[in-house]
Amino acid sequence: MTTTAQTHSPDFLAGDEYSIATYAVLSQDGTLYNGAEGPALERDQALRIYRAMLATRVLDERMLAAQRQGRLSFYMQCTGEEAAVIGSAAALDDADMIMAQYREQGALMYRGFSFDEFMNQLFGNELDYGKGRQMPIHYGSRKLHYMTISSPLATQIPQATGFAYGQKLAGDGLCTIVYFGEGAASEGDFHAALNMAAVHEAPVIFFCRNNGYAISTPSVEQFAADGVAPRALGYRMHVIRVDGNDVLAVYRATELARKIAVEDNKPVLIEAMTYRLAAHSSSDDPSGYRSRKEEDAWRAKDPIRRMQLWLEAQGWWDEEQEKALQDQLRREVLDTMKRAEKRPPPPIDSMVTDVYADVTPALQRQLDELKRHVRRYPDAYPRGARSLDPALGQDDDSQGGD
Amino acid sequence: MPTINMLQAINQALDIAMAEDDNVLCFGEDVGGFGGVFRATSHLQEKYGKARCFNTPLVEQGIIGFANGLAAQGSVPVAEIQFADYIFPAFDQIVNETAKFRFRSGDLFNVGGMTIRTPYGGGISGGLYHSQSPEAYFAHTPGLKIVVPRNPYEAKGLLLAAIRDPDPVLFFEPKRLYRASTGDVPEGDYQLPIGEAEVIKEGADVTVLGWGAQMEVIERAVEMAEKEGISCEVIDLRTILPWDEDTVVESVLKTGRLVITHEAPRTGGFAGEIAATIQERCFLYLESPIRRVTGLDTPFPLILEKEYLPDNLKIYEAITASLHY
Repeated sequence: MTTTAQTHSPDFLAGDEYSIATYAVLSQDGTLYNGAEGPALERDQALRIYRAMLATRVLDERMLAAQRQGRLSFYMQCTGEEAAVIGSAAALDDADMIMAQYREQGALMYRGFSFDEFMNQLFGNELDYGKGRQMPIHYGSRKLHYMTISSPLATQIPQATGFAYGQKLAGDGLCTIVYFGEGAASEGDFHAALNMAAVHEAPVIFFCRNNGYAISTPSVEQFAADGVAPRALGYRMHVIRVDGNDVLAVYRATELARKIAVEDNKPVLIEAMTYRLAAHSSSDDPSGYRSRKEEDAWRAKDPIRRMQLWLEAQGWWDEEQEKALQDQLRREVLDTMKRAEKRPPPPIDSMVTDVYADVTPALQRQLDELKRHVRRYPDAYPRGARSLDPALGQDDDSQGGD
Repeated sequence: MPTINMLQAINQALDIAMAEDDNVLCFGEDVGGFGGVFRATSHLQEKYGKARCFNTPLVEQGIIGFANGLAAQGSVPVAEIQFADYIFPAFDQIVNETAKFRFRSGDLFNVGGMTIRTPYGGGISGGLYHSQSPEAYFAHTPGLKIVVPRNPYEAKGLLLAAIRDPDPVLFFEPKRLYRASTGDVPEGDYQLPIGEAEVIKEGADVTVLGWGAQMEVIERAVEMAEKEGISCEVIDLRTILPWDEDTVVESVLKTGRLVITHEAPRTGGFAGEIAATIQERCFLYLESPIRRVTGLDTPFPLILEKEYLPDNLKIYEAITASLHY
């Protein structure tokens, strides 16, 4: 039963009486704010984080260009949000489950997903773990505990609550982090997930990337409140707001959130304030709904540059190393892309597997019928024809090109 | 064998599944200490603890989203939606997530452990929102299995099979039969096959097909027809998805006539799918048009429920019309 205190005067509380401050440690010039306390980050760990941030940036730039050249059907960048995503993933145990929305390739990069693995998914070739079924950027990795992404927004949030509840019962000391944007937080699934997590005490970290926009919709048209963070109070949940371009603040906040989740079995909400520097996706042009000036102001707060300056101040990094790493990453991305786009597509039989654990008789009949049809018109179905007979359809692969 | 009702049979199945496997969890609205509004989960919380049998907040999309996550983690969730009429807030989680989990991940992840139980169907003065039969909405969704039992014996055997099945199963329980249908049910563990229809009575002149509570209605209609010398073959489809085409085809190749009945509205109802398939596979053997005896294309009414429902008289009329075509 809900127990409440009584009052005898009609005092309304106004929503705008509350605001939640943003936790920040690292300023843009690479120094710590006065009195700010960062995490105890070791050199190797810091460099692992930095490498993942830079690799994500390089991958994103190259793959957007590949999309523009028509080599790739679709792409989404993480640009501007690398510190939020990678700083938080780095504060977890590598066996904790990650459930992402779609702009969190950095977390996967941090965990060690290779450029080959990224590319195989992006090009949907025969080596793609997802068997070429989903659009580019819908990654998944069982061995890296990264749940396969799906397009419907926010559906992964209550799933994270359920997953974390299962982890609690299993007693293995692990938790789940679930990423989502401030737009997705308007979906009903967000409410369902936070309420259930609080009631059932699930070890889950809800990580909101508040980057100011949901496609063209600015956050002032998304909610009237002071962001997403205050909602946690209504669910009686721990909450913190961090500067999402500050990798040290994000890391420290997530480290502490994980402790609350795993040791006390309590969910936590983290709202990372950041900015979506790139377009929403390769299908979007933000110049129609926001100003260059606004973008430039945020470009000056680049999270990668900020971390780079901090690393230099530690004596752990210099311009020469920076250049060498950038060159190496660019070369690797290009090489793996060329490899991946030349690989054949998944076989036509993979169309009917994994719908169920076993192929049903009706589905087998449909596949057999399709194969007869493709054999009759191989030129019209080059990918399918090639998988039936590697000699067929070689010249008509629209994803080809070097 | 003891005689029990359908609710007791379902309760036994859940009890057996929870005793056998610690990963099995039962949850939903009022499922915990109270044991469910129909009492299908009675005593499970006492026996297996609050961590494994519990109430959820009142949020269907949350219940199924939570179940998806649990199943992906390796647990075996048996989620209850209080009435099938209220499954629609979870439609997105079921259709876009549950059904596609294995396929989209290339089998890296799956939610095959999950079962969704929900009372469905009319005949209880339930009006618009305590009477619906939404199976056809889900039958259009590759990746789901849909199972409907007709009596306590079937309910227990099919529910145990659903919980252990490697794919997610929607288990529709005909609530009109919860207490009305009683029968002999083995106390121990047994399973009935998913994906197989059952010929429950052999006949020569016409095949009459249904599922769930309609099987009892069919039985009464067939009694009337047989008094007039019409020999009816009666089939319980049992699994709506993936449905057992071959058993129905075999029957219609023999009888040459088919009457299909369901409570749900006609247009877009699952009878349409069956009729089209049988017409494709049995064209030269059909002696008369395939007949559908269904609910009207209206919301489910309260006061005129008896007029709305596809009762034994309507089915009897369809059988005789099929014979005299």
